[in-house]
Amino acid sequence: MFDANYVWTIIILLGIGTWLIRFSFLGLIGERELPVYVKRMLNYTAVAVLPGISVPMVLHSANGSFEPLRITAAIAILVIGVATQSLMKSIGAGLLIYFGLSALL
Amino acid sequence: MATLGSFAAGFGQGAIQGLPFSLVLGPFGMLFGVIATESGLDLVQVMGFSVLVIAGAAQITAISLMNEQAPVLVVLATSLAVNLRMGIYSAALVPHFGGLPLWKRATAAYWLFDQPFALTSVDVAKNPKRTRDERFGFYLGVGIPLSILWYIVTYLGATLGDLIPGDIGIDFAIPATFLALIAPLLKSLPHLAAAITSVAGTLTLSNLPFNSGLLVAAVIALIVGAEVERRFVEPRQRGR
Repeated sequence: MFDANYVWTIIILLGIGTWLIRFSFLGLIGERELPVYVKRMLNYTAVAVLPGISVPMVLHSANGSFEPLRITAAIAILVIGVATQSLMKSIGAGLLIYFGLSALL
Repeated sequence: MATLGSFAAGFGQGAIQGLPFSLVLGPFGMLFGVIATESGLDLVQVMGFSVLVIAGAAQITAISLMNEQAPVLVVLATSLAVNLRMGIYSAALVPHFGGLPLWKRATAAYWLFDQPFALTSVDVAKNPKRTRDERFGFYLGVGIPLSILWYIVTYLGATLGDLIPGDIGIDFAIPATFLALIAPLLKSLPHLAAAITSVAGTLTLSNLPFNSGLLVAAVIALIVGAEVERRFVEPRQRGR
């Protein structure tokens, strides 16, 4: 069990801090126009962050072990996603492969 | 009335497109509820995390550090580092929502997690002509239903926690979502270059403290994406 002050201090400050990060540019900049180069870079925010979060999680599970099954499922998600341009099909196939095969093996 | 109508139309489309993510957020939120409860948090504290923080990866990061009796400042710094990518999301939405009144921007910030941001970004490319109100509706249409689901599954995870095994590999759902989100974008050369840079950079810089390797790699990837666009895509378009 944790001390209640410890827990609530973390919850409240983490809540405020996270909101401040989310509000940062939306709150500060408002209607001001961003430079062309910055706007161009911002087109790539999703592909600049999400693959970097994902790939280490694909290579290692939460307990640190290496699982070929994860890599297989991840490649299936990417290939099906590029080919069909459908989020639902690629995530459905990927999770089916992962949880289906891990139940079988 | 016209404004409210286009907001509602956008909201409906966002809600529909956000729906598939319940398959991912559902188990993830439940997992958080289970982990937090098993770590010794009471129900109100577990719900406090999901309602006030509403960022799964950071919530799980915080719990794991609390289990190691880390000082408050370390827990906060590490968990906030996980969330720093949302600062990039915030900047990315400025061209679309920057002109809204302050209270709307302050409210919208609460729902700025991965799925509303990513789906709105994809939608900007697919439907560039939406009005601002319609786009704002779309964004909240993704975020609000998923946030309500997040509270419910957290509650379920916290109360039914003991029935769910912690080792069935549900953490794979997180990268699965992210990869499915970005896959349709990889047909474009600058997007592909940025994605490869993000992966290579994060793996190379994985020893930097506080998750900052991910952030440094992201900044490099943004520059690579923009440069590839400027050098290879724009000249071709001008040549046409």
